[in-house]
Amino acid sequence: MTYIPISPNERDAMLKTVGVKSLDDLFDAVPKKHRFPKLDLPPALTEMEAASLLSEMANTNENVREHMISFLGAGAYNHYVPSVVDHMLRRGEFYTAYTPYQPEISQGTLQAIFEYQSLMTNLTGMEVSNASHYDGATATAEAVNLAFAQFRGRRKKIVMSPTVHPQYREVIRTYSQGMGLEEAGDDATADLEVGPGALMSLIDENTMLVVVQYPDFFGRIHDYTKLIEDAHAKGSLVCVVANPTALLMLKTPAEMGADIVVGEAQPFGIPLWYGGPYLGFFTTKKSYVHKMAGRLIGETVDNRGQRSYVLTLTAREQHIKRERATSNICTNQGLLALASAVYMSSLGKTGLQQVANLCYQKAHYAAAELSKIDGFGLCFSEPFFHEFVLCCPKPASEVNAYLLDHGIFGGYDLGTDYPSLENHLLVAVTEMNSKQEIDTLVEVLKEME
Amino acid sequence: MATIVEPTIFELSSPGRLGVTMPASDVPATALPPKNLLRSELPLPELAEVDVVRHYTRLSKFNYSVDDGFYPLGSCTMKYNPKINEDTCRLPGFLYTHPLQPIETVQGNLVLMYELQEWLKEISGFAGITLQPAAGAHGEFTGVLMMAAYHKSRNDTKRTKMLIPDAAHGTNPASAGMLGMSVVTIPSDERGNVDLKALEAACDDTVVGMMLTNPNTLGMFDEHIEKVVELVHKCGGLMYGDGANLNALLGIVRPGDVGFDVMHINLHKTFSVPHGGGGPGSGPVGVSKRLVDFLPSPLVGIVEEGDDEMEPLYGFITPKQSIGRMKAFHGHFGGGLVRAYTYISMHGPNGLKDISQYAVLNANYLQARLRGTYKIPYDRICMHEFVAEGAFEGSDVRALDIAKRLMDYNFHPPTNYFPLIVHEALMIEPTETENKDTLDRFADALIKIAEEARSQPELLHDAPHTTKFGRMDEVKAARELVLCCWLPENYESMR
Repeated sequence: MTYIPISPNERDAMLKTVGVKSLDDLFDAVPKKHRFPKLDLPPALTEMEAASLLSEMANTNENVREHMISFLGAGAYNHYVPSVVDHMLRRGEFYTAYTPYQPEISQGTLQAIFEYQSLMTNLTGMEVSNASHYDGATATAEAVNLAFAQFRGRRKKIVMSPTVHPQYREVIRTYSQGMGLEEAGDDATADLEVGPGALMSLIDENTMLVVVQYPDFFGRIHDYTKLIEDAHAKGSLVCVVANPTALLMLKTPAEMGADIVVGEAQPFGIPLWYGGPYLGFFTTKKSYVHKMAGRLIGETVDNRGQRSYVLTLTAREQHIKRERATSNICTNQGLLALASAVYMSSLGKTGLQQVANLCYQKAHYAAAELSKIDGFGLCFSEPFFHEFVLCCPKPASEVNAYLLDHGIFGGYDLGTDYPSLENHLLVAVTEMNSKQEIDTLVEVLKEME
Repeated sequence: MATIVEPTIFELSSPGRLGVTMPASDVPATALPPKNLLRSELPLPELAEVDVVRHYTRLSKFNYSVDDGFYPLGSCTMKYNPKINEDTCRLPGFLYTHPLQPIETVQGNLVLMYELQEWLKEISGFAGITLQPAAGAHGEFTGVLMMAAYHKSRNDTKRTKMLIPDAAHGTNPASAGMLGMSVVTIPSDERGNVDLKALEAACDDTVVGMMLTNPNTLGMFDEHIEKVVELVHKCGGLMYGDGANLNALLGIVRPGDVGFDVMHINLHKTFSVPHGGGGPGSGPVGVSKRLVDFLPSPLVGIVEEGDDEMEPLYGFITPKQSIGRMKAFHGHFGGGLVRAYTYISMHGPNGLKDISQYAVLNANYLQARLRGTYKIPYDRICMHEFVAEGAFEGSDVRALDIAKRLMDYNFHPPTNYFPLIVHEALMIEPTETENKDTLDRFADALIKIAEEARSQPELLHDAPHTTKFGRMDEVKAARELVLCCWLPENYESMR
């Protein structure tokens, strides 16, 4: 299959205009001994053959809609995506456009992202949102970059709760390799029973940023107001990594005083897609906008007096500031920001509240039923939203293997990241899990030997 | 008051209007958390589905896209995005697999990733590939982290300098800056190559490496590439290749063969993943043998060998001295990797070579058509793009005016004001998916605009005229900094 729309006659006419005899003659600048390597790749398929091959590969997977009952969450959630979302995304005008550098002919993307920014600020309660990051983990790493830039290297300590998503903490460690940071709290062997209070003693005058998760990785809802007050008293900034579905119901991190609220917006209209692409959101206070990475859309007027939108504060970005930029970020997740905007507006306030309520109700039903089984119980007593930790009578890996034989993904094995939690299963329940599925999980576990 | 062409989704809201609704709960009710943990209000829009569809459909019509027409944005490779990719990436088996599923249940995904790693190695000539980076700049950062880790593992701690040509993308110095390296700018010579004398003078034992785009942003393949690589390697540095311009090289030359040590590959440029109005991208990184142990974790590998009866089992492996994880989960699987896999499988070795040959032919054809009307400061056979000067002697018309005027002829403008080393730069990349008629119409338009610049310069200064929107007041946007909107009832209190 080829997508090249040039006939042999046209090619020859073009070569003549250029003044060379053949296509190969265009490459004289390439070292001769390395020119035109023979590539060992499978022969080209037609569209029909490729469609069939890819279908076959996709069908090899067990997916959570057609084959499996799933209670996996841990940073990626199985939610219903209204049909309208993908219909809007499939408009070529949106998905085959580039970054809106020419605002006169990019108002569609610009206004849609401006609306996305507005939806995120109204959701988190913060004052500004950028046009998005790669995912929740890298958005959190960019919060560290913001804090580092804010203190110009005068403060060099970050305090991270061990109940921030383990992969997010890993990404922060990768990102901050060149900063010479002191890291505290990021200890998977710490006492995980204790709440945010345990972090307070780690915050000092050298602390630039405190990072906590809401609900935390174990699903627990903490009110961070006191922690944030204490961190502010020491002069530190606080970043809250939040789940957007939970924010539909819960007190906003802004009300608790957070300086930066980031997170993974995959639950808002983006399929599981085996882990990506997802959508990192980043919101903060207006006073930090100049230190924030990523693209930003602002309102203005055109020379005909029409309200319109442009990329603004671009002087912060890499193509102007080069090595002095806060971040090297160039691409955002534009199309997925659009997906989340369409998701939020098509469900609207009422539909979104219904989603949050269903998640909450079903998770609590599941938790109640599961903890009635002999040997099982809820590990923590704090309030939770749609994810909770189930203590099991044997290693979670064995429980999961048993459930897998019954067509169920039981949850995330916390022993993977926390050595002391090998008998602990992180269970997520969303509106996609029917009562029947929950009852099946309970029945199957009751039979486990 | 500015005229409102399309209200925002907040302005379209009407309290009590319903959109998509959810089923009633099928489980016994549980009390909500205590009130002090609940939010007091949820100030989000309320619309019907038809309102939403019409709003976003109207917005889409304010965009210019590849599906609308010619989009010769230099260094962005705005090629046609095959429609089949949109179907394959949405197959239920890909859409509905969770990133933390047991590997036994996602062998289809893992085989796809493994084969894509192998294919990209073969195309680029590298020994190892990570599919994890989310975009080009993310891949660059990954590459620079590996370069730093390599030197550190050898206790070679003096190295703090990154050499970067003056024609480089801004992300290159920004990536080096993220690791606190100092950037040494290397000038280009009069043929658009790296200035070898300047390079030689900069090469010493404090050099981390060099970040080179080849072909560079002038569209020039460096005529002394082997010498450049040799100089950098001789002083102990590593060669980083910016793969933004890989569309010129498929089946033409493999960067790994020439001696590059690291390169990111923009699947959203070369391998037809659509740009999505600014993302998501996908930026796998290839490395030479000495860097494979430093690749981010995890990679996809064979964790149990197969035999006559059993397929091998694919899973995740962690390189020995890995720099760590670059993002959560496994990379842009659905949006990036599946589309790129589909595209490569439909091209094969000859089809890939055709892509680059025709991308280069189209660029040279346009360059030939414009020569004489526009100054081409580095005028030789170019690769997939070239740079013209958007200014004329005795005229105050600038590259920006030409770019805006092109919109009146229904073309997307080329990249302007980049690379920085060309005065009033217009950087033109036609890609291989344009036919001769389109290229001729575009060349004719540019030639006509050059005439207009002399006869009616005001026509260019005020352009565009025929688009729905005119030039924007960017100063107002930056000064007033209106970055979000609210529901009408909250407007006064929030603004």
